[in-house]
Parts: sequence; structure tokens; C-alpha cells
Amino acid sequence: MHPFQETIHSKSRQRKETYIKGLFCCMTIAIIIPLILIIGYMLHEASPVLSADFLLKAPERGMKAGGIWPALLGTIYLVMMSLIVAAPIGVMAAIYLNEYAGDNWLTRTVNLAVINLAGVPSIVHALFGLGAFVLFAGMGKSILAASLTLAVMTLPVIITSTKESLAAVPMAFREACWNVGATKWQTIRRVVIPNSISGMLTGFILEVSRAAGETAPIMFTGAVFYKAVEEGNLFAYNLTDQCMALSMHLFTISTQVPGVPEAIPFATAIVLLGTVLVINAFSIAFRIYLRSRKRW
Amino acid sequence: MQYQRGRWSRVIEFLIEWLIRISGISAILFVFGIFFFVFKEGAGFLVTKWKPIEFFTSVEWYPTSLSNKRYGILAIIAGSASVTLLAMMIAIPFSLGAAVFISEFCAPKLKEVLKVLIEFLAAIPSVVWGFIGLMIMNPLIIKIFNAPIGLNVLNGGIILALMSIPIIVSISEDALKAVPDSYREAAIALGVTKWQMIYRVLIPAAKNGLLAGGLLGVGRSIGETMAVLLATGHAVQIPNGPLDSVRTLTATIAAELGETEQGADHWQVLFIIGIFLFSITFVINLIAYLVVKGIRIQAGDS
Amino acid sequence: MEPKIEISSLRVKYGSKEALKGLSFQIMKNEILGIIGPAQSGKTTLLKVVNRTIEHVPGVELNGMVSIDGVDIFKMRDVHALRRRVGMVAPLPVGLPLSIYENVAFAPRTGGMNNKAKLDVIVERCLTQAALWDEVKDRLHTLGTKLSGGQQQRLTIARALSHNPEILCLDEFSIAIDPVTTMRIEEVLKELRSSMTIILVTNLVQQARRLADRTAFILNGELVELAETNLLFSDQAVDQRTKDYVGGIFG
Repeated sequence: MHPFQETIHSKSRQRKETYIKGLFCCMTIAIIIPLILIIGYMLHEASPVLSADFLLKAPERGMKAGGIWPALLGTIYLVMMSLIVAAPIGVMAAIYLNEYAGDNWLTRTVNLAVINLAGVPSIVHALFGLGAFVLFAGMGKSILAASLTLAVMTLPVIITSTKESLAAVPMAFREACWNVGATKWQTIRRVVIPNSISGMLTGFILEVSRAAGETAPIMFTGAVFYKAVEEGNLFAYNLTDQCMALSMHLFTISTQVPGVPEAIPFATAIVLLGTVLVINAFSIAFRIYLRSRKRW
Repeated sequence: MQYQRGRWSRVIEFLIEWLIRISGISAILFVFGIFFFVFKEGAGFLVTKWKPIEFFTSVEWYPTSLSNKRYGILAIIAGSASVTLLAMMIAIPFSLGAAVFISEFCAPKLKEVLKVLIEFLAAIPSVVWGFIGLMIMNPLIIKIFNAPIGLNVLNGGIILALMSIPIIVSISEDALKAVPDSYREAAIALGVTKWQMIYRVLIPAAKNGLLAGGLLGVGRSIGETMAVLLATGHAVQIPNGPLDSVRTLTATIAAELGETEQGADHWQVLFIIGIFLFSITFVINLIAYLVVKGIRIQAGDS
Repeated sequence: MEPKIEISSLRVKYGSKEALKGLSFQIMKNEILGIIGPAQSGKTTLLKVVNRTIEHVPGVELNGMVSIDGVDIFKMRDVHALRRRVGMVAPLPVGLPLSIYENVAFAPRTGGMNNKAKLDVIVERCLTQAALWDEVKDRLHTLGTKLSGGQQQRLTIARALSHNPEILCLDEFSIAIDPVTTMRIEEVLKELRSSMTIILVTNLVQQARRLADRTAFILNGELVELAETNLLFSDQAVDQRTKDYVGGIFG
């Protein structure tokens, strides 16, 4: 027999391989399909009330009608405040880990702490925020306490993504800078940071998306069921106020308030989901754009 | 040298470098802070009245009883465990399949698309997942299984599976990607099929990463709050089957903390549950970290 | 001739691996000292010691003394000032991801110089010295990383010259560039000799022969022989290993 001739044995092996590839492909599709089906169904259910008015009006008649403006505004406040706190700390922590820390027990402990911080259940973060910010620091239930809780919770997102982008800057650039007498910080500020800004921004965007969706951490630290604020006024909340939030509002109207027409919670869910997915899409598009214009 | 750095720029540099060092260790401070403050709120009860044996072995959770308050969380632990177990039984095979498909079988373009979609899946907020469980899965389960209620272990398990799939897929895919191409080439050169190569070479080589992915999936499932609060029903009981309603540790805290008086026994017990949850996830993350470090050591040797 | 750099019993260890095993020699003012030797013999380590960037390598252990103009460099408090006295050119060209202008102005700027007019002068002088000015003078504000390899290497040299160093170290600068560019840079070095001390680590034995006043042969972290270049490359080399290496028998 010719040595390269296909045998029955090799044919059956090939068929088996096709089956297996098909199986894996199906498994992947099985993960993706629900995503599309669910979003489609939710959009369909939400369509009767989804409009600009829905976004810009306050809830009416005990949340059985009207819109979600106070919740939308509250979420914006919480997200922005948490970003303002988490971004500088997260970026500096990442700079420490990537540029300053040596290979020693302290660095390993910090890395472990970052991983753990990311793994702490959100409800435990809520307990922490309640114990530390609301009660111990005396902030009371407020936007401030809630956004600080969110900031601690989302810190790992910023640290991880910044650290990755710092590590992507070639070591040769740092050595070249040191060779001409630049200090460590000058090197970081003039060469390393400008070339890893994209990763930092991606981290910020992901932080925003994560913070916008969280419910448990703000439940006991600053989010309320209902609060009347002026429609259309962007400065309607004070930092010491409690506020409504989209995620909390979705939870409230789908479980705590009887008799809400189904389209309203669906529309709220779509707004929340849409916000988060659009932010994520933005981050992905940004990443692809930046990859296309590498500077070295 | 005819020029000199200004005093100011040196002072600023000094201050910034200290800020960086402090921020650097902030993660450690926050982890300790979380433990400390959660512990602080539960400490009074923990020290004076807490009966660990009853706490962990009794199924009687009657925190609001007027005559005889009882704090046994066994049924609640069973609730968390059952939902997590079911979620992992669904998520792990699907995630591994998807990770292998993405890493080994599909074309680069498709790979990008799939990874983006999985990123989207990971981005869906947990309260939205809970809402999906409540409004979409619930009627579906009632219809398909003819169950009295659709908010149960099955519902929560499926939701949690969908939530933990992205994290398991991405870590597993990283682990597979980290296996050197020379392994693949060597195996293919021996004339084995792709499947044999994956099964006998790739998966054993990447096993630590795959294990870590699974562990982090478990951690995520146990810690998940809003989705299970909405999707598993509110019955404190040890489930007999997937169609029974349960209550998880996280959901118990979320559901009851708002209605308890600050500093009361019930309040403190909820914080003790918080410490318990923190400890579980801490251990799981620690193990995952060590497992991943195991890979690095091996890779460094070769 | 007076010594510019004195090295005495210099030992460097990376963990358990000894890279330099007790080197002692002097480098004279305004000479080109060629350093030859096979890969992994400790040449790059030696240069990293001279500007103390070796201190950024984790787990390194240093012994011995290096002094410049009689001052122990390890006792200098401002390591950055030391590095501004020593220009360093790495084997692979490194254009920083900044404009060509900013690449050259980088060192003066980090040293505290912000006068635009003076920076302009420095940039033009250094690019001219590095034989790059004519090629880039019309596009000074484009990215340095987009230049060709040979141009980037000359840019690296311009950057190393930008802080008026007294000593210029070149580490196998021609490894990634074409012969024509190499020749141009060699011409540049001959001109620079009058104003600075040059240490030329090279993988090309003939390059040392063309340029160096004296040449040192380093093998496995030890100085085998240091002599006038003419002597080292003649039959009068003392050590058999030098003869073999120069003659191309190994290395």
C-alpha cells in the first residue's frame, strides 16, 4: 500500500475531529445566543415606554408611570465620584507595582491583595462601606459614602488594566532614559505614562461600566428607593444627599412595588444594560483604534 | 554642567514618589480595612453570644422571632452551595469547550468577535441578570417543568453559570494561549490529530490555569448577590432538587440588613455572615493565586 | 597622559553567577579604548557599572572601586549627575517614542534646561555631530521611532551627546545597522576623540583595530590583556588566547 494513502482508520479520525470541532463550536454558540435572545426580548418588551421622555422625566404615580431621571442622574453622580477617587489611586498603585516594586514579599502581598479585592463579594463591600464610611467616618448614607464604596470595589479594574499597559512599554525605553540621567519619575512621566495612556483610559471606561451596574454596594450606603429631584437639572444632588440609582431602581420596581406595568422595569433594564454595553463597546473600539496607531 | 534642575521639580518628584508608594500598598490597606470594619460591626455578638456549632449546623434561621431568636445558617449555606454547584456543573464544561474552540479552532477574525461578545456577557450588571431570572427565566421554568414556582436553584444556577462563564473562558483561554507553540508543533509533527493534541498535550500543560479559572468562577458564584437575590426565591431550606427555592448567604444579607436595627443581634449576625463570606472568597482567591503561581514556576524552569 | 577612569578589582555578581571577576585597569583621557571579547564575557556589565545603571538590575552584587577623575562613583550622591557625564549608546537603536527634536532635548530637559533657544542650539549641534542633521532637519517634529534603524542609532548617539558628556560609551553600536552607516559613525567617533574619552565595546575585532588607541580583551569576566591596539593585533600579543581570538580561532 502506498504510504500516504488514506486509510479507513485515518478517515474515521478525521470525522471524529470534525465532530469535536462542531461540538466545541456549538458550546461557544450556546454561550453567545442567550445574550442576543435576551437583549432582543427585553428590547421588545420595553419598546412601549422607551423614549427620551422616559429618560428625562421623574417617576409618577408611585413609580407606576413616568420616567427614570432621578435614578439616571444619581448613577452619573455615583459613577463620576467613584472614578475621581479610584482613578488616581489605581493608576499610582499600578505605577508602584510595575515601576518601583522589587521582587519581594511586599510586592507579592500587594498583588495578592489586588486579586482578593477583586474577589470580595459585592455584598461584603456593602458591609464595609456601611461600617467604614457611613458609620465610622460619619458620612451617613450619602452619595459620598456610596461612591467611596464603589471606588474601593472597582480599584482592581483600574490597577490591572493600567499595570498591563505599563508593562507593554518596552524596557529599552526606560534604560535609554536612565542612561541620559533622567530620574525614575522623569522617565515615567515623560516616556512611560504618555505611551500607556490608552490602557489607563480603557481601565477608566471599564471602571465606569462596572460602577454603573453595581447594586449591592450602594444599597446600604447611599441609594434610596425614591427621591424627588428637579427634572433636567444636572446639579440636583448634593454629595451628602442620598440618591436614586438605575440599578437600585430596577431592583425596587421589579420586586418592591406591586402593580408596575411590565414595560417600565424592562425599559429601565434596557437603559441600564444599554449604558453599560455602550460604554464597553466604546472601550473596545478605543482599544482597536489605538492598536492601529502604535508609536513604535 | 551649565544648568540645574529647579528645586520645585525635585520637591514635587519626592512627594509624588511617596504618593505612589502609599497608593501602591493601598490595596493591602483596603483588604485589611474590609476585614476590620466588617469584623468590628459583628464583633460584639461574635465574642459574647455566638455559638459556632449552632451557627453552622442548625437549619433554624429565625432572626425575627419574638420569643426565641435562632441563628442557624446551615440551610443558607446549603442554598449557596447548591446554586454554586449547579452553576459550575453548567459553566465549567461550556467554558472549557468555548475556550478550546476560541484558542485552537477558530479563525483570527472570528476569535476577535467571540472575545468581544464574551466581554459583553461579562459586562452585564448582576441586577440585570437577576431581572432576567425574575421576568424571563421564571415563567419559562414554570412552563417547561410544570413547577409551582420558577424562582429556584435551577433558575439561579443557570443565571450564575452565564455570569461566571466569561471569567472562566477568559482565564482558560489565557492558560491555553500560554502553552508554547513548540508543544503544538511537536505533537502535530508526531502525526496526532488536533483533538489528540488538545486532549493529551494542551490540557495537561494548561491544567493549572484551567483550575484557577474554575476556582475564580466558584468564587464569583458564591459572592454574587443581586442575581441570586432576585432569581432563587426566598425560602430558607435545604433543597431536595433543582426545582426547590433557596436563599443564599449573600441574598440573606441583602434582603435583611435594611430591615434590622443598627447594632441589634440580627444586624451583627448578618455582619458575621459577611465575615464568613469574606473568608471563603479569600481562601478561594488565595488558592487560585497559588495555583497560577505554580504555572509560572514551571514555565521559568523550562 | 592622565587616567580618566580607574577601575580596581571590580567584581559583579548576578545572584550566583559572576559576571566580572576582579577587573583592574585604567582608561586614559581622550583616548578611544576598544573592548573586545566574545558574547557573555561581561563587556555590557562593565559599561552598566560605569554609569551605575547596573543598580536597576535586581539582585546584583557589586565589589571593588571605579573612579572618574579620582572620585569614587559609588560615593557620588547624585547618580543622575554622574549619568549626565557619561553618554551611553546601547546595542540596539532606541528612538524614544517622542519627536526627533524631543529625543535629543530629552536629557537637557530632564536636567532642568527649558530655554527654547538654547535647546534649539543643542539639538542642532548634537544631530550634526552624529551626522544626522542633514537627513532630519526638515522633520524634527516627527516621531523618532519612525526613523530607519541606522538613523535611530545616530539619533541615540545624538541623545547621548546632548548633555555634553566627558565619557562616551558605545556598546556594540553597529550590531543592527548597515556597513555604510557604521562607517559614518566611525568617522564621527574619530572627531569626538579630541573632546571626550570613548569606550568602544565591539563585537567586530576589526572595528577596534580601526578606531581604538588601546584595546582590552575580556574573556569570561576577566581582563586577559590590555595593550596598544597595534601591539594587541600584532604577533606581540602576550597571551595565547588573545592571539587566538584576534586571529579568529574562536569567538
